[in-house]
Amino acid sequence: MQLIVGLVSGVIFGLGLSISGMLNPVKVSAFLDLAGAWDPSLAFVMGGGLIVNILAMLVLKKRTKPFFAERFSLPQSKVIDRPLLGGAALFGIGWALGGLCPGPAIASLAYLSGDALMFFIPMLVGLYSARFIFSKI
Amino acid sequence: MIDIDNFTPLTALVGGGLIGLAAAILYAFNGRVLGASGITASALEGVVHPAAGEGLSWRVAFLVGVIIGPAVYMLMTGALPQSDYIAQDGRLVIAGLIVGLGTGLGSGCTSGHGICGLARFSKRSLAAVITFMATGFITTFVINHLVGL
Repeated sequence: MQLIVGLVSGVIFGLGLSISGMLNPVKVSAFLDLAGAWDPSLAFVMGGGLIVNILAMLVLKKRTKPFFAERFSLPQSKVIDRPLLGGAALFGIGWALGGLCPGPAIASLAYLSGDALMFFIPMLVGLYSARFIFSKI
Repeated sequence: MIDIDNFTPLTALVGGGLIGLAAAILYAFNGRVLGASGITASALEGVVHPAAGEGLSWRVAFLVGVIIGPAVYMLMTGALPQSDYIAQDGRLVIAGLIVGLGTGLGSGCTSGHGICGLARFSKRSLAAVITFMATGFITTFVINHLVGL
């Protein structure tokens, strides 16, 4: 059942990304370009996502465990540390340089294009390498 | 100046709502946070070290689903969503590498911190979102208005 939930959630996520415009690096870049011809659309993507997810969290608040798993798995760390801030800072730079964040980078594989792979494969290398740097900063 | 011609608040809101719904479903049923970078990293870990591969199957199913998403969009509208790249070759590769490294170190991206983390009022996620938005705005300002890349 967890597998089916994963697939359904993934398809809805990929469809949402498609409708929202997040798969278009030019649009992402126009959102990040406050000093240019600014396109604020993507703020509405986050707004829409937050509204639905906050409501869902309120509804789920009374549940002690998820429907198909033993427990809710949430991140345990509460500290704002160097890896968090340094990593987020790097991510913002890469997002602005390429116009893609991880979700859209995965969905873009649907285009079967060389460009999609030229972002996705280095992203995997970066994700995998992160652990070796994590303990050193 | 706001670019009114390209402003698409309605599709952005609907698409964002679906992203939130996907996150709610994954949390309600599997008890998992929908973070694209985290799910990818854990799936990669499971493939490289099969012994640590607990929870690999739902993650792979999720990732396959994300790739099916644009195909469903094509069935509904007749075309894949518009996608025009701002980077090619070396810049695209470097951007991908930095995004992977940054989200790996920062334990999340636009979905994990931006949608899920903020929805449960996580201070770490708020700090991450403010930081990556800030460096995203600054980097775009530098490339578009200072050096003209």
